[in-house]
Amino acid sequence: MSVNPDLNRRTLLRRAAAAGLLVTPAAGLLSACAGSTPSPSNDNAGEKSNDNPFGVQENSAVKVVIFNGGLGDAWAKEDQAVFSAKHPNVTVNMSSTQKIKTEEQPKMATTPSDLIMNSGADLMDLSTLVNEGAIEPLDDLLAAPAWEGGGTVADTLLPGTVSDGTFQGKFFVVYVAFTVWGNWYNGALFSKEGWEPPKSFEEFFALAPKIKAKGIAPYVYDAVHGYYPRWALMASIWKSAGKQAVVDIDNLKENAWRAEGVLPALEQWEKVVKDKLVLPGRLDHTQSQQAWLDGKAAFIQVGTWLKNEMASTIPPGFEMKLSDYWTVSAADKAPKDVFAGAGEGFVVPSKAPNKAAAKEFLRAVLSKAGSAKFAELTKSLASTKGSGDNVDDPALATANELMKNAGQDLVSVKLWDFYADLDKESQNLSQELMAGRLTAAQFVDKMQAAADKVAKDSSITKQTRNA
Amino acid sequence: MRHGVARFVTGFLALPVGLYLFYVVWPFLQAAGYSLTDWGGYSDRQQFVGLENYFRLFTDELIRKAFWHNVFFLVTVPLFTIALALFLAFLLNVGGREDKAGIRGVFGSGLYKVIFFFPQVLSLVVIAVMWQQIYRADGQGLINGVLMKIGLVDENDPITFMYDPEPFLGVPAVLWWLLVIAVWSGAGFYMVLFSAAMQSIPKDIYEAAILDGAGRLHTFFRITLPLLRDTVSVAWVYLGFIALDMFALVYIMTPSQGGPNHASEIFASVINFNAFQKGQFGYACAIAVALAIFTILLAALQLRITRRERIEY
Repeated sequence: MSVNPDLNRRTLLRRAAAAGLLVTPAAGLLSACAGSTPSPSNDNAGEKSNDNPFGVQENSAVKVVIFNGGLGDAWAKEDQAVFSAKHPNVTVNMSSTQKIKTEEQPKMATTPSDLIMNSGADLMDLSTLVNEGAIEPLDDLLAAPAWEGGGTVADTLLPGTVSDGTFQGKFFVVYVAFTVWGNWYNGALFSKEGWEPPKSFEEFFALAPKIKAKGIAPYVYDAVHGYYPRWALMASIWKSAGKQAVVDIDNLKENAWRAEGVLPALEQWEKVVKDKLVLPGRLDHTQSQQAWLDGKAAFIQVGTWLKNEMASTIPPGFEMKLSDYWTVSAADKAPKDVFAGAGEGFVVPSKAPNKAAAKEFLRAVLSKAGSAKFAELTKSLASTKGSGDNVDDPALATANELMKNAGQDLVSVKLWDFYADLDKESQNLSQELMAGRLTAAQFVDKMQAAADKVAKDSSITKQTRNA
Repeated sequence: MRHGVARFVTGFLALPVGLYLFYVVWPFLQAAGYSLTDWGGYSDRQQFVGLENYFRLFTDELIRKAFWHNVFFLVTVPLFTIALALFLAFLLNVGGREDKAGIRGVFGSGLYKVIFFFPQVLSLVVIAVMWQQIYRADGQGLINGVLMKIGLVDENDPITFMYDPEPFLGVPAVLWWLLVIAVWSGAGFYMVLFSAAMQSIPKDIYEAAILDGAGRLHTFFRITLPLLRDTVSVAWVYLGFIALDMFALVYIMTPSQGGPNHASEIFASVINFNAFQKGQFGYACAIAVALAIFTILLAALQLRITRRERIEY
């Protein structure tokens, strides 16, 4: 009845199956690392002229990849029309996706798309792209004449757009949307209840009990993506501790997180959590935005893409209004600075086969006609001057209003673009602080430790910002 | 071997072996090659750095954390999945009444088999998205909603599932919640596997045991389990691989893909972060190679331990 454990047919099959399965968990991971030998790309230049500053070749093709996120992709088709009007013989192959990195990164070292909108949760890490020389500096685009003439492309851009896209002294990323962040509230609800949108944390803490008495949570945020609460924390730090403090933080200066004003800003948020002013539960961006639209929470902090993202579920009579982040105390160094900046960045891969057409396409995106369509379709401002002038939208109007009364500087933080480690750590710690598992003081200690670690790590290329 | 047969066989095998070498083995070797460089993943620039990446592995705190989380799954996923699958298989095959026709499963066992097997036909991504709704951390989540309705959970303090790093028995809660999904989705398949094995055990052995006065518990532990030893051991190896992976669930379901604050970090998520977020492909490949070696050693060990004489019937 009993046999020796010789290699009979059944055990052979069993082992073979085991060996086959054995490689599967590692297989995906290992082969994810594999690439192949790249081939050099040639730019066949066409005739350069004022109307064709990059020498786009007739009858060539350009591959454009659009991030289809909160802003949708309808605006990009308008840009394509603008481009094709001037270059009817250049074929534009446009595709849109939410998986930028998943789809584009594997092609970067060999034959990438010509123009990639690097945005969303699945974006390619910018500092790596720059350090690896994988994307093209676009300073010549800035110097090129604007699409409709009258000055250069750089002249048409809103302040902050060029500096936000500049890394190591070169302009790499063309941000096309101009986003204003802040605390959103329902104007209809507030005027019905006679509430004034608070300007400072003090006013917010005074108003909060009244909001709670109506059965509404004073505040809600996206608890799934750490970069959502991080915007709010960094805005408070900037207002309280001033621009130089954030510049020092970005530059990994010693004890930058312990600068005067940083801790008090974070302590306000600690109090928001401790006083249970946040809607219970852990919601992601659309869930939290929907909860806010459903009247479960009074304030939500997010950028100006909000209206477009939630367009299909906004209840009738709901008045989306944007107010500035709350000031921290009377000692604030920059209470009027607004968190705004250029977002949704396009990059041109160094190995793109048709870089000239990619740049020309960007020139079309930044054209007056293109930007006006962008603002009209997305209810967000484009990064060019005057894009929202002819758009009649109440939500966009409050953002415009906010910008008009803004201080001299725009709140901008480079930390997460500079260092992937600090990006992850600051997201994690922001979530922990907002979950009430970290105090403000612990947050500062841990961020400082993480910054010091990056500063000491020789495998990480250091970046600096001056302004 | 007769003349010509070797050539005939080689001719047939050449194409599949070639494909396998090119699409499976070659990428493996490439990854091993990249693990010795500082390649960033976006360019064709790379420098040979020798074993530096491997030395770095041992000082990386995140890897250490990921290692213990993987060990947790390595122990619990096979243990709970096999225990549940065995229990279900036993009930479905020999758990019911006995009558003239002999021993049978519980009433409706055919239907249960289909229901329990169902998760197996769903893609892991679908499972993860579905469980996101079940685990949703407010009153609209399936579990939270039901528990709030019957008053077991405070409306202002919902269970936070994937966002809960508080340790339970020394292991972050989020890992236990992930374990539930892994066991739920795996048990059905192994139940069918064990059912098939149980059906091949001759009924007369059971009848003899029952005549000798053995109860249900005795027949299970004295007859069923020993005779299933081979199948269970193979299942254990398979589940070990699943436990070392777990990437889809962690990637889709946890905040910051391994969060909150690294509480659900596993090898695969660390590889993903280093390769695709941090742009250190060389280092990520080193982690992947280390994981592959670890997996192979583990499988070899497992097969060695469970090898012993088998009973044939």
